[in-house]
Order: sequence, then C-alpha cells, then structure tokens
Amino acid sequence: MVGAREAVARVGEEPDVVTGEGAPAASAPAGRASAGWKVLPIVEGLVLLIALVLPWVLQDYLTVFATRVVILALFALSFDLVWGYAGIMSFGQALFFGAAGYGVALMARDLNVTSILLILPAGTLIGLTASLLLGGFLLLGRYPSSVIFVSLGTLTGSYAADRLARGWYYLGGQNGIPSIPPLTLGSYEFEEGPIYYYMVLGILVVVYLLCRFLVRSQFGLALAGLRENEQRIAFFGYKAQHLKAIIFAVGGTIAGLAGSLYAFHEGFVWPNMLGVVFSTQVVLYVLFGGSGTLIGAVIGTVIIEGVSFWLSDNYRDVWPIILGVLLLLVIMFRPLGLISFVLGERERVGSFGKAPKETGNAAP
Amino acid sequence: MPLLEAQGISKVFGKLTALDGAALTVGENEFHGLIGPNGSGKSTLMKCVAGAEVPTTGKVSFINTDITAFTPTERARAGMSLKFQITSVLPTLTLYDNILLALQAHCSLFDLVLSRTRNKLHDQVMTMLTQFRLADRAHDAAAALSHGQQQWLEIAMALAGKPRLLLLDEPTGGMSLEERRVTGELLQPIKQHCSLVIVEHDLDFIRDICDRLTVLDQGKVLASGTVAEIQANKSVQEIYLRRA
Repeated sequence: MVGAREAVARVGEEPDVVTGEGAPAASAPAGRASAGWKVLPIVEGLVLLIALVLPWVLQDYLTVFATRVVILALFALSFDLVWGYAGIMSFGQALFFGAAGYGVALMARDLNVTSILLILPAGTLIGLTASLLLGGFLLLGRYPSSVIFVSLGTLTGSYAADRLARGWYYLGGQNGIPSIPPLTLGSYEFEEGPIYYYMVLGILVVVYLLCRFLVRSQFGLALAGLRENEQRIAFFGYKAQHLKAIIFAVGGTIAGLAGSLYAFHEGFVWPNMLGVVFSTQVVLYVLFGGSGTLIGAVIGTVIIEGVSFWLSDNYRDVWPIILGVLLLLVIMFRPLGLISFVLGERERVGSFGKAPKETGNAAP
Repeated sequence: MPLLEAQGISKVFGKLTALDGAALTVGENEFHGLIGPNGSGKSTLMKCVAGAEVPTTGKVSFINTDITAFTPTERARAGMSLKFQITSVLPTLTLYDNILLALQAHCSLFDLVLSRTRNKLHDQVMTMLTQFRLADRAHDAAAALSHGQQQWLEIAMALAGKPRLLLLDEPTGGMSLEERRVTGELLQPIKQHCSLVIVEHDLDFIRDICDRLTVLDQGKVLASGTVAEIQANKSVQEIYLRRA
C-alpha cells in the first residue's frame, strides 16, 4: 500500500522535474505537494487537538497524570533529536533530565527560588552545561568516536550520577529531595491540575515547533547525512563531530527543561531521575512511537505511559510482563515504531530542498 | 609543482604489505589512471591519498601542503574529493537532497540552521543533476536508482564541493557498456577545473580518458608515464599477459 502511494506521488512529480530548470516557481508546488506532507500534519493536528481537550474530559487526578506524560514527552523529544535524527546512541539522556531536576530542587530548598522565570532558565542551563561537558568529552575529537564508546560513555555517566546522588547526603541520598514547593509566577502558585497541564503543553508545543524547524532545515539535512553515513559526510568536508556535539547539547538543553518541570510537578526528585531507569525508559518511548519523527516520540510516550497506567490498574500482578511483551513485539515487527503504520518512508525522511512556499513568498 | 605528490607510501596490515614505497604524482588538470592487477594496492593507495587510511610511512603533499596527517574533513576542505568504490549515496534521501547535502558542506552553521543557502543552491543542484542526466528523477529516493545512476549521482556529489582533485575508485564498476561510454562523456568537461585520479579495471575506459597512467604491481610502482609510454612498456605488457 505504501509502495503504491509512493508510486502515485512519483508520477505526480514528473512535470515538476521535467520543467524544473525553466520555471521552477510555477511548476514546483504541484510536484512537491503531491510528494507528501499529508499524513504528518494530520497526525500532529489530531494529537494536539486531543491534548487540548483532555483536561475537559478527564477527572482531576488523570489530568495530573496527563501533565506528567506531557513532560515526559518533552524529555522524549530531546532523546529523539539525538538518536532519531543524529544517530547518536545516548543511553544517558536522564543525566541531563535529572541533573536539572536536582539543580532546581536545590534552588527551591536552599535558596527559596521558585519563580518560573528563574527555574526554567536555570534548568535549561544545567541541561545545556552538562550535555556540553559530556558531549564534548565523548564526541569531540580528531576522529569520530565509535557508537559503543558513546553509548557506554553516556550510560556510565548516567549510572555514575545516580550512584553519586544516592550516596550524597546533601542531595538527600536514596530518598532524594522531598517537598519541593510549587512553581510560582509573582504571587501565583502553579498547583497540579489543568493550569499546570496547559502551561506544560504550551511549552511542549513551542519546543516541538522549534525542533520541527530545526530538523526540516538544512541543518536537519546535515543530521540526516550524519545518521545515515557519518564517514561519507566527513569526506564532503562536514565537521561531523561538531554537528554531533551541537545536537547532543540541544537535546541536553531540552532534557534539562523537562527535568525542571518534572521536579516541580512531582514535588520531589529522587536518584532514579538521573539514572539508567529513566535513560532506558526514554529510549523505549522513542523506539515505540517511531524514532526520527518528532510526533512519534510524543505518541510513544503517551501510549507507553497510558498503557502502563491502565495495565497496572487492571492487571496488578502481571502488567510489567504484558507491557514488556508488547514493547518487544513492536520493536521486532515495527522497528520504525507505531507511526510507521500510517507514515511512509519517504514522508518520514522528508525533503530539504527549496520549498514551493518559499518560491511563492520570495517575490513580495 | 604538481597538484598532488605522494612519495614512499607504504601500508602494512598485520603481516600483509599492501603498499611498499609506492608513489603518485598528478599535475593540474590531469586525468591520471591508476591500474594494476587485483591486489596490487590501487585502492589502498587511493585511500591513503584521500585520508580513509593512514599510511604506515610516506608523505602526501597537496597544493604545496603536507596533508599526510590531515583527517578526511580537512582534506575535503583543502579541495580533495573521493568517490568510494562501494556506492555510498544516502539511499533514503532524494537525489536532490543528496546533491544539496554535498553542496552545503561548506556553509556556516548559522546558514544551515536558518536554511539561508537553500534558495541560493537550488540552481546549482538542478544544474548538477542535469549535467549528470538525473534531473528527471530529482525527487526520487536515491535507493530507487539503477547501479549505474547511483555511480553518477555519487560522482556528482563528489564534484559538488568544486574540488581541485577528484579521486574515483572504480567509477564504472557494474556498469553496462553504454553507461561506461556516457560516464566518460560526463567526466570530460570537469577537466577545465579539476584533476582526476581513477582506479579502474576497464583498460579501454582508462585509455580513452586518461592523460597519464601509473601501474602498480604488488604494492610497488611498476611504471608511470603517458598512455603511449605505458602501452609500449614491456614489463607492463608482461604482467597483463601473465594475468590473461
């Protein structure tokens, strides 16, 4: 079915290409429009629509759960950029998530800082700094680092941070830091519930759109090259290691933002937030939904969290087994994730050339 | 001063000596063929020049600069380009995006993130695709191309950065006779601005397009000179007769 659709798309493109040289402005839109951009915006629109009406139909305790899922989706986006788009196997994404969570929790506990205007920039900055340091160490060098080195390096970093937090009294040891006060804006306090939900959703949408802009830019094309054949693009003159370190830092920044939102939403931070548990969880979200598509990361998070929630309610004893089997099945039979049921390969990879829109807009 | 000068290149893999003091000199706007029997070290010499392998000993100079220790990225930025023996176009990307990817390699990060060169490079992409007879398939995924077309796409990508020296490792491998002829035609115009080193088994193809030849045998240079000189060379005839 997918093949047939692609074939149709190709036939539709012919006129564009034949006259491409002479009158690209006039003919390109027809060709490009038929090349795709159909499924993704629909899925994205649907997901957004559902997200917007959710607090209206859910009971309050479920809205609190949904808020947590939206924050985790933000975290999943950060991993998707790094792995799904740039092909960097980071098994330690929680390091940046948790470091920011701990950082802002300490700001609240020791400095009484709870203003959203300070907390979110601080968390973001912690994520950025931590990922620049780790990324610089693991990725920058004269020659490219091996996949094993990077995946074990990130895994070790995350594990070490987890151990450090467990053993360090100042960070609360095994128990972490409890009773974080609510996030504030002036005298207003963000309590769990619809307001927090919409605030977090707003942040997710903004970050999503920024990521979308980035992965569809010429930089996104360079990332695609990096993911598919790092050695090849080095021979074009790309500084592949720099590209990797940059996208790794962007991912770490977003993870930091998510971590600080998570800390204040849950009201406490604990060592798992830094460690292997969260690091692998985010890998599963993205693989399950569909790596290399931003919406896939969001969908994967929602479905895994939603299904675990439902299963743990209804199959109290065996739910982890059911969830595990489900994850295995998807990863074995749908390696491109659930999104690949509706999204063809061509649209997933996308095109990066001059878009018809820009041709039209260039004149005025 | 030659464009490229590789001297005393040796490459040892464990117990195997792939290259033993080989040399290669290429002038400006020269098409240079690198030939020899299987296992003579042609591809290895090519890789040592391109930076895909680091020679055990020897020195590579390019435009008066010692580039022996340069990484592939640094060599590419110095004006050298390589087409791999195994085609390595990016199969899931469209032809258009494959070329754009190669063309934009020297753009600044800022330009890439804001896509500021996207419109500017459009005409160059289409010109290259047209030049290599691929324009009508611009928006197909590269994986959908025939093997020969993938080779052309790869040559186009290798030329995108306007290199001073292009290294082609078996450009006509797996091509039909007609495709080989066309490949020769496609390569001719680049002589105005670029030198070429070709590793190739098809001796007719080499004879048709090259100015000079270097013959390798067992990791050593057997002979080097113009096509006519090489054709008249007794020891070269011998190894090719021996092989036949």
